[in-house]
Amino acid sequence: MNKKSKPSAYTLPASQLQKIIDLLHEQGYTVIGPQRQDNAIIYDEITSTDALPAGWTDVQEGGTYQLQRRDDDAWFGYAVGPHSWKQFLFPAKKKLFTIERETFRAQAEPADKTRYAFLGVRSCELHAIAIQDKVFRDGPYADPAYSRLRNNAFFIAVNCTEPAATCFCSSMNTGPGAESGYDLLLTELIDSGQHEFLISSASAKGRALLGKMELPEATPAARERGQELLARAADKMHRRMDAEKARKLLLANPEHPHWQELGARCLSCANCTMVCPTCFCSTVEDVTSLTGDTAERWRRWDSCFTMGHSYIHGGHIRSSGAARYRQWLTHKLATWVDQFGVSGCVGCGRCITWCPVAIDVTEEITKFEPVTQETAA
Amino acid sequence: MAEIKKPKLAVWKFASCDGCQLSLLDCEDELLAVAESVQIANFPEASREIIKGPYDISLVEGSITTPHDAERIHRIRRQSRLLITIGACATAGGIQALRNFTSVDSYVTTVYATPAYISTLKKSTPISEHVPVDFELRGCPVNKYQLLEVINAYLNGRRPNTPPHSVCMECKSKGLVCVAVAQKTVCMGPLTHAGCGALCPEYNRGCFGCYGPKETPNTASLAAWWREHGEKNTDIMRSFRGFNAYAEPFRKESEAHENI
Repeated sequence: MNKKSKPSAYTLPASQLQKIIDLLHEQGYTVIGPQRQDNAIIYDEITSTDALPAGWTDVQEGGTYQLQRRDDDAWFGYAVGPHSWKQFLFPAKKKLFTIERETFRAQAEPADKTRYAFLGVRSCELHAIAIQDKVFRDGPYADPAYSRLRNNAFFIAVNCTEPAATCFCSSMNTGPGAESGYDLLLTELIDSGQHEFLISSASAKGRALLGKMELPEATPAARERGQELLARAADKMHRRMDAEKARKLLLANPEHPHWQELGARCLSCANCTMVCPTCFCSTVEDVTSLTGDTAERWRRWDSCFTMGHSYIHGGHIRSSGAARYRQWLTHKLATWVDQFGVSGCVGCGRCITWCPVAIDVTEEITKFEPVTQETAA
Repeated sequence: MAEIKKPKLAVWKFASCDGCQLSLLDCEDELLAVAESVQIANFPEASREIIKGPYDISLVEGSITTPHDAERIHRIRRQSRLLITIGACATAGGIQALRNFTSVDSYVTTVYATPAYISTLKKSTPISEHVPVDFELRGCPVNKYQLLEVINAYLNGRRPNTPPHSVCMECKSKGLVCVAVAQKTVCMGPLTHAGCGALCPEYNRGCFGCYGPKETPNTASLAAWWREHGEKNTDIMRSFRGFNAYAEPFRKESEAHENI
């Protein structure tokens, strides 16, 4: 196909986004999108653009999250909330199989054939999904349930123009603009009195859908505005993480006294791992019928902050809070790279916001830096 | 083939409100299945028929508050193969353990017209302070599904699935929005043992800590955070002094905020 014959971006009037949702429904997709619920922007099933959090933004800091009215009625004018797409592709609780005592044969759970269309996926979240792909789909121990849901899904990304104070994707090279991993990509433009989106596609599925829309090519001015908004978003991010430096610091300091200070603050409540879009730990529980004639195996989310996570015959390997925090941070930012070739952190800042005592990974990592003569003075 | 003898189940009450043993009757749909799997041998709240011990499973509700009960629990232990305590009273002393922080005599003289008739202990204590306990099921009251799970697990010779992690993990698994972070609500969830299914956060309330301390609770860190955010010491003390006030981590933290 001659690339030049197709424009790279089109203009989608806001009123036309509903048509995309309708087309996805026609194709059998369950559309999941952002909406305002319980004082937060969460992800749930959506049938109409009326459900989008129009005019709301999220103000975030360590241990705090608040919704605030925006000056405009932007639909995607927030950063990220407590939910992530993980809960759909890797559900918190899932039955794996049933087994009968009589036959002693395991009956696998029928595959979940839901086809999700995720609307409003941020660049950091696309990176998080790419990381979970390495774990659940592309690695030596593929999870068929994850692979099926993920391969069936349709991704509508939205470039992030309103990062929260807790975001640090620009320093992790995971945002704010989406570069790959999506079917359609939107950039919301609202400042000129008009409400419209730049829209482009990066897959056959995306192009096919876009082909049904008959949209005008985006003007150079609109495209420029999109770039400008992204550059401004990157500038807004004050938290930073130097991934390479973080990795070196963690690997060099397993016995650093700062781990004890972190252990004294950390609640081991596991919130950071629950909200982290890349954390993938789970455990299994077996349940029986009262009579013992049938049994089921369930998988549920686990966390390296629970004692059970490091329990082996004879006891727990990581019984102190400091040891568990070290395990989490060192895996996330250092040994993850050895294991999967990328950092386990995408800079979404959820672990900072949703930590009940506001432990900030971007700040904590600096505590492991060697004390130089200037800083000591 | 001879019919396999069903395990004998007994339910015992000590100082308590009956809510936990009622959870068993509350099972409704599942109750018939339970009655088919066990012989309900001693459960005065459900049946007048009392079958003599020994018993395969004894569920014990309530705390030890009188000299008479301190004796009685030993007799029950002797006739029980498995002794499972259910609820905050039996596992931590219950709300009545608030007496442990003051002088019980002052209550007795305030409440009763003839205090001389009252024979009570100075402290309300969990069953485990008196006899060995095979399993403790937490909660005020216990969750009926967890109670079924414990009975089920023992009938089938497996470990009950009652994870000791935080309520936060239940909250997040349900997709609930954190009330502490999004609403600045004082919430005991990060310190509290799971089991209720994050009932209060689901209704936009902070966790009250009904299930007592989770494994490795870091009470000092959360209390310090609350203090920094304007909570008064007396309020912090009260947060820890609920149904599980006498559970050691909560007791120590409440004492740290007393009279300061």
